[in-house]
Amino acid sequence: MAETRPGAASRIIRWIDHRLPFVAMLQHELYEYPTPRNLSYWWNFGSLAGIMLVVMIVTGIVLAMQYTPHADLAFDSVERIMRDVDYGWMLRYAHMNGASMFFAIVYIHLFRGLYYGSYKQPRELLWILGVIILILMIMTAFMGYVLPWGQMSYWAATVITNLFSAIPVVGQGIVTFLWGGFTVGNPTLNRFYALHYLLPFVILGVVLLHLIALHRFGSNNPLGIDMKGPQDTLPFHPYFTIKDLFGLTVFLLVYAFFVFYAPNFLGSADNYIPANPMQTPNHIVPEWYLLPYYAILRSVPNKLLGVILAFGSIFLMFLVPWLDTSPVRSARFRPIYKWVFWLLVIDVAALAWVGANPPEGLVVTVGQLATFYYFVHFLILLPLLGKIERPRPLPLSIATAVLQSGGAQIGRAGASTIANR
Amino acid sequence: MPNRICSAAVLGLFLCAPILNARAADETPSLPQQEWSFDGVFGTYDRASAQRGFQVYKEVCSACHPVRHLYFRDLADLGYSEDEVKAIASSYQVTNEQPNDQGEMYQRPGRPSDRIPGPFPNDQAARAANNGALPPDLSMIVKAREGGPDYVYGILTGYKEPPAGFNLLAGMQYNVYFPGHQIAMPPPLSDGAVTFADGTPSTVPQMAHDVVTFLTWAAEPNLEPRHRTGFKVLLFLLVAVGVFYAAKRKIWATAH
Amino acid sequence: MANLADQHVTGAHNGETRRDFLILTATAIGGVGVAAAIWPFIGSLSPSRDTLALSTTEVDLAPVQVGQRLTVAWRGKPVFIDHRTPEEIKAAQDVDVSSLRDPQPDSARVKKPEWLVIVGVCTHLGCIPLGQKTGDDRGPFGGWFCPCHGSIYDTSGRIRQGPAPANLVVPPYEYTGETVIKIG
Repeated sequence: MAETRPGAASRIIRWIDHRLPFVAMLQHELYEYPTPRNLSYWWNFGSLAGIMLVVMIVTGIVLAMQYTPHADLAFDSVERIMRDVDYGWMLRYAHMNGASMFFAIVYIHLFRGLYYGSYKQPRELLWILGVIILILMIMTAFMGYVLPWGQMSYWAATVITNLFSAIPVVGQGIVTFLWGGFTVGNPTLNRFYALHYLLPFVILGVVLLHLIALHRFGSNNPLGIDMKGPQDTLPFHPYFTIKDLFGLTVFLLVYAFFVFYAPNFLGSADNYIPANPMQTPNHIVPEWYLLPYYAILRSVPNKLLGVILAFGSIFLMFLVPWLDTSPVRSARFRPIYKWVFWLLVIDVAALAWVGANPPEGLVVTVGQLATFYYFVHFLILLPLLGKIERPRPLPLSIATAVLQSGGAQIGRAGASTIANR
Repeated sequence: MPNRICSAAVLGLFLCAPILNARAADETPSLPQQEWSFDGVFGTYDRASAQRGFQVYKEVCSACHPVRHLYFRDLADLGYSEDEVKAIASSYQVTNEQPNDQGEMYQRPGRPSDRIPGPFPNDQAARAANNGALPPDLSMIVKAREGGPDYVYGILTGYKEPPAGFNLLAGMQYNVYFPGHQIAMPPPLSDGAVTFADGTPSTVPQMAHDVVTFLTWAAEPNLEPRHRTGFKVLLFLLVAVGVFYAAKRKIWATAH
Repeated sequence: MANLADQHVTGAHNGETRRDFLILTATAIGGVGVAAAIWPFIGSLSPSRDTLALSTTEVDLAPVQVGQRLTVAWRGKPVFIDHRTPEEIKAAQDVDVSSLRDPQPDSARVKKPEWLVIVGVCTHLGCIPLGQKTGDDRGPFGGWFCPCHGSIYDTSGRIRQGPAPANLVVPPYEYTGETVIKIG
């Protein structure tokens, strides 16, 4: 019996695999899939993002079993989860802090792409799918934040849905339609709950497309030059599976620290006050991962223009593959862009600081400057730099760069740049 | 090299992102930091202090403030025995969930499974009894205010004479730590207001300390299991990091 | 002792076993971690503390007079409490147990004969039998009568006629005082 049982199992798997080749697919995509051998730890964040999506879905489903989506009962149902449901506090804090972790990971992943030119040909669609995922994440997180029905939930919902009233003529009608009433209320809560449950699965689908697009050409790498042959690559398994797993344990340390020892550090105390439609909090502040967009929105004195620029700051990301005119992918070989990139990072951090503070005095000035610079970066600096920058010479191949100890190799500048511009 | 430094700095920035929430200090002075038994990674609730705090709540605060999220059965966590909890519960009258056979709502003695009833049947009655001001629910107050326990302690001990020239509105009290310095609540604590069963002298700072311990427990009853579990999880993950790093190095040894 | 070549070979072999050991350890840690992580998700589905708090009900029997019946709620179901008269007790005890559809002597269904505590849910299809209120039809045995399909119970709550297969369930209860019972 012991001899035939493993045989039977593999026979069943082969029967299925012949008709639905999932094992063969996994075999190829994991064991054989060529990965650049020089990937740095900045390449861990994609798998981390995928894992966080699963974590958010699983914690979310279990929370959904205990949550009541009614304006009169929602706040209390969350407190019941925190107090009376076994491990409820753990699941709630995991979901709450998981959202922050998810955004931190995705933002690092995005900036990695900006630095190393991962959005450049032929990966433009991969990048676009990523921006779509980010937009879906923002929508999901916004609606999710409304669900506990605290003061911040209610008023953030009011402020952000009111943005649509900036649209001329039909604006207010659209807002009333979105609300399902004349203010944010129970109809709004219910539809946000339904959509909050739905969108993560839409994200899952787009992530699948994102992975298919990735596997078409494989990963970019820190040098930004294409893989030329097996000497440049390593099989994904076991090299990058173990590296991803290691990165996961390090990340989990950070995540666990927040969940168990600082679960409310990233949040707002006001959201532990039940929603009161008759009283606005002194400072309405979104969660940290939405602060830069909020800052841009507030920096513009004109309501409609503020809305356009705030949404535009994300939609601009779609155009990055075409805004950046440089033939060189990686910032490692772009001496000017390297500093411009870090300036962008500082700019976004400044915008976050602006968004967190009441719009008075210095905060307003910094906000306006930082908003202006943000658009200058994408609309002026990116196209300009590609034309005027003199890139450093690229290595001949990944293998020659990696296997020689130390860094830069002398090679023909034109030899490894991107073809077919 | 500059790249490595920049990347590390940025990663650090991301982790510090929340500190960017520089709450405008107004003119409110910064809260003096108290020492709490529940502070830190190994913090726990001082049960004796919390029981005294419950007594302060019951005898002073509950005249105006509800604790909507507390059930009588939760008090067992403070060290009261099952019989003591039953006795506390039955000393209250609660409205039965269902009306009687004549359709009228009626009162009955409380049970451990009941919520602790508040002083007023609704917000309007609460406002009417308090000059239009609504005494907030206290079962979440420590989590619902910036500064948490230190803030609540500051409010309770922060009543002073207003400085010269300060325009104090009618019916309001001056409080050092309340934003705007004008609070509708009159100073609730005075020395000796409560007689503690364990003989602890009931000074205002003592009562404030004890009631804040109680209220912090009320807002975060699962703090201790959270800290305990967190310790085990972090320890496990530290070991995991080490093992996975060693495995990674071993597997990659042949790659270079 | 061993020459350099041997040391090199054993070194490589040790390297491989150490590598396997590391992978084994890592896999074991990963497995333990995943199992430990899954536990709270499943655990959260158990009855929560507020549900468990309502899993027992204490009833003070003192106000219930002889011949009176009281209905209390327990775990979302009605529980019939009957302060039986001597006639009802005798009628319950005098029955030939072997003739019952669900044979049970009255003594097996009560702790003190004056007090009958039974779950008021008909064992046929779950309706609540009549007999608790004055004026209710108690059926020919003076017990309870289920109007849905005509099941008839006696003064011990045992099924005597009608489609129900079993006697009315006796819930777990105990006397926590002379006149106080805790159900559940």
